[in-house]
Amino acid sequence: MISFQNITKIYQLGSKPITALENVSFEVEPQEFISIVGRSGAGKTTLLKLLLAEEKPSSGVVFFLDQNVHQIKPENLHKFRREIGVVFQDYKLLPSKTTYENIAYVMEVMGASDEEIKNDVAKVLDIVELTDRKDSFPEELSGGERQRAAIARALIHRPQVILADEPTGNLDPYHTKEIIRLLAKVNEMGTTIILATHNQDIINTLEKRVITLEGGKIIRDEAKARFTL
Amino acid sequence: MISATFKRIIKSGWKSFRRNGGLSIATIFIMVMTISLVTSLFLSQKTSDFLITSLEEKVDMAVYFTEEPTNEEILTIQEELAGLPEVKKLEYISKEEALAKFVERHQGEAVIMESLEEVGGNPLLSSINIKAWEASQYAAISAFLDTASFRPLIAKVDYSQKKPAIEKLFSLTSNINTTGIVLSIILAIVAILIAFNTVRIAIYNSKEEIETMRLVGASNRFIRGPFLVQGMISGILAVLITFLVFSVAVWFLSPKIDIIIPGLGLSSYFFSNFLVILLLQLAAGVGLGVMASFLAVRKYLKA
Repeated sequence: MISFQNITKIYQLGSKPITALENVSFEVEPQEFISIVGRSGAGKTTLLKLLLAEEKPSSGVVFFLDQNVHQIKPENLHKFRREIGVVFQDYKLLPSKTTYENIAYVMEVMGASDEEIKNDVAKVLDIVELTDRKDSFPEELSGGERQRAAIARALIHRPQVILADEPTGNLDPYHTKEIIRLLAKVNEMGTTIILATHNQDIINTLEKRVITLEGGKIIRDEAKARFTL
Repeated sequence: MISATFKRIIKSGWKSFRRNGGLSIATIFIMVMTISLVTSLFLSQKTSDFLITSLEEKVDMAVYFTEEPTNEEILTIQEELAGLPEVKKLEYISKEEALAKFVERHQGEAVIMESLEEVGGNPLLSSINIKAWEASQYAAISAFLDTASFRPLIAKVDYSQKKPAIEKLFSLTSNINTTGIVLSIILAIVAILIAFNTVRIAIYNSKEEIETMRLVGASNRFIRGPFLVQGMISGILAVLITFLVFSVAVWFLSPKIDIIIPGLGLSSYFFSNFLVILLLQLAAGVGLGVMASFLAVRKYLKA
């Protein structure tokens, strides 16, 4: 389903080149739940950005459903991105929209009917327990509520893949467990999940495939791994 | 689906406009200033045209004849002069009419009247008063008179005496026009740049929001639409405010301006050109709002 082939990504910091990823290759099968782990700066976020075509690789190719992600024409990029749901590390909720509108936005851009939007957003709000906060703006929500709103937005349009970049970074242990349980449930329903995290408790609870990055390189790729940093 | 999307874009634009109240008010304020400037330039053009025309109306040249020409000669001369494209109006004044006007003008001035009696008879010459369309055209008419077929009948042309005054007027009107055009262009550019920058700053604040919209799969059209709607709403409101302010200002100030510049009729000009002014303002306001939004958003959609 997803294939990273010999990916190297070098950022230019002034005249100094910084290697974020070096010769990274791995495959993701449909309905897999993969955790990408590593310390800060290991290259986890870069990997997700490359899959979302937010960044271009310095060398190598990324395939999503047999199409080279970085050869998609700019005018078609939005259609490709609709296949992917993203939970951003910094939430990236639209500040001028309410919780309801933030979640509904993804369905609106896809041209869903008002009726569909109303029904689906209500369901997802219920799942993430934000029904009573639906008219609040992001700045009025707590960190955990924002995180859940971001997850709801990633789920709403039933994407084939969900990329979750440190989705529990700002949550207390109770909400962390809830979010992971939610992602696992979504995965069981058939959605592929790629989770970037450095929270070892999550990984150990999940007991799913774990790819460990260090200094931009894959140092381990294990099925049902337990993990220590 | 297209109409549903269009409806969503309008709704989203209107919501953002309301929710970003402070920024929207600032944008409208700057646009009101810009549209006011454009409207002022339009009205000042009318005022300067009026001033130039009234000054030019006061200038003419006269051709004096050696002796009273025959009716046939007058007709030929008038025909030849009327054939010139520079000539706007001709008026023949016979010796008798000239004397009658002279007497009327100097009634009560004993010295002048006594001098006239002493000279005896009618010392004045018959003449033709010529009015050109523009002050700059008198030189061409004068040149024509120098080579005209009826030249032997001409005693004098008063162009040479009036030439300095005419040239001064010509230079003045030409300066007013040039200065007006240059000033208008500079002010319009400054105003447009300020309005453009205000909209750009407003959209710059939404830079990250635009980036997020792209990442969650919104098309460029869906992202751009609400910003264009916001620009349009700002433009329309700015036009309405400016039009209201100008209507009230012209209504109250017009009588006072008419005292300073009699016959200008700014109020009747403004209200009789109601549609033109409104369209001009709409073009400036809405065009500016939409164009500025389009260009500012485009920058963040390119990446």
